[in-house]
Amino acid sequence: MYPKRTAYPYYLYLAIFIIVPLLLVLYFAFTTSGGQLSLTNFDRFLTSQYLGILWSSIRIALLSTVLCLLIGYPIAWIIANSPLRAKSTLLLLMVIPMWMNFLLRTYAWMTILSRNGLLNQLLGFLGLGQTDIMFTETAVLLGMVYNFLPFMVLPIYSVLEKMDKSVLEAARDLGADSKTVFRKVIFPLSLPGVISGIMMVFIPAISTFEISLLLGGNKVNLIGNVIEQQFKVTGDWHFGSAMSTILMAMMILAMLVTGRVEGSREGGGLF
Amino acid sequence: MNKWLKRLFVFCVLAFLYAPILVLIVYSFNASRLRGSWDGFTLGWYQALFRDREVLRALYHTVLVAVLATVISTVVGTLASFGIHSLGRRGKSVILNLNYLPVLNPDIVTAVSLMLLFGFMGLNFGFGTLLMGHISFTVPYVVLSVLPKLGQMDPNLYEAALDLGAEPGTALRKVVLPEISPGIVTGALLAFTLSIDDFVISFFTTGHGVANLSTMIFSMARRGINPVINALSTLIFIVMIALLLVINRKTKEEV
Repeated sequence: MYPKRTAYPYYLYLAIFIIVPLLLVLYFAFTTSGGQLSLTNFDRFLTSQYLGILWSSIRIALLSTVLCLLIGYPIAWIIANSPLRAKSTLLLLMVIPMWMNFLLRTYAWMTILSRNGLLNQLLGFLGLGQTDIMFTETAVLLGMVYNFLPFMVLPIYSVLEKMDKSVLEAARDLGADSKTVFRKVIFPLSLPGVISGIMMVFIPAISTFEISLLLGGNKVNLIGNVIEQQFKVTGDWHFGSAMSTILMAMMILAMLVTGRVEGSREGGGLF
Repeated sequence: MNKWLKRLFVFCVLAFLYAPILVLIVYSFNASRLRGSWDGFTLGWYQALFRDREVLRALYHTVLVAVLATVISTVVGTLASFGIHSLGRRGKSVILNLNYLPVLNPDIVTAVSLMLLFGFMGLNFGFGTLLMGHISFTVPYVVLSVLPKLGQMDPNLYEAALDLGAEPGTALRKVVLPEISPGIVTGALLAFTLSIDDFVISFFTTGHGVANLSTMIFSMARRGINPVINALSTLIFIVMIALLLVINRKTKEEV
């Protein structure tokens, strides 16, 4: 076996940069500025204002996850069933946009969506009237789907790609039509990839603050925005930590729920 | 019919993914400073880019942090993999779960926890904290890329090298390292990409006027982005694609 001491710097790193910071979040979440143990921060969160924000964050995150799945699954399916050359080109085309700074790409949507933007110019040119979706929830949703779609496509693709094609043939030989094959064979087998994709879209979507700030203006306030304000503007680390704790709890909850569905099957993650 | 429907669908999704990129590239040649109006073709923003101290400084910070964080996290993560691989089942699962925390946690939670740490330690926010922030969120990805490669390798090779009289260090360097190098390269590339593209961790861990490209773009976005940035990202985008093509050709030759 390899020498164990090579990992000592890493253990030190785990302690200082992973464990201590998360303990600090918990410490701040459960104390007041006077340093006393209390649940005040969580009480404050349970007022209608913040619960409303949490609810709308969950709603938008779920909606964007569903949209990513509805667009991403067929794309992953098409890529996985393309001839070899087209396959690698299509995969590359899915990944290349991520090589440009995502804030800039999101900002470019402002150019497209704003009142005098390219979309309205195009619509006006076609005589289709005007839209005004900039600084609305729709714009934020669009920004989320835009940024997180590849995270849905890649894990689903990797599962579909590895799927044993003879199983599908067997199902067809036994008389299943293509709908039944999809419902009873393909989809259940691709579930690990779907679950990874859902996690990889839902978690960043529920915690984003930059997309809602850029495309939603001040009108769309998500839980990420409230956390950001507590740390960067108000300086209330205790309340900010309490909300971070809630986000973490939701992440763990989502993992427990999906972990149960996934069971002992092989995961279809990116790694 | 079905085939054309598929093609149309793929085309629409690609158009959706590439529309903003196309807009950025086109507007980097726009003579007007305002988005939404086109005043003719110019290369002026590309010339202005090389005189813009603020933007060049941010670029310098971005690249320097990414290179340093990649080197440090690759070394720490690779060394860690040997030790973790040799742990018992229990210890291994505890360590791996801890390792997964920053990967699975929402970025903002990781960022905020690091901000609390640095604040608690009384550090001055700036280049040092920015670099530490980037190292701490890239190390786990290196471990996740290297560890599976160690698992695939025949452990007897290392034992054989020891039996033949190699020091543990030499055996690791000469026998194990070449075997797991694809995992190390993947880990390093992942770390570099994540660091270059990061905004959230940088936003919460930097300070005192030290900006990288992401944080600069974010602070500019509300009042309108300097078109110089469009020119810079067009250049970066082209360099990245060129690199990608070269790497692709290389790997194809190796296969």
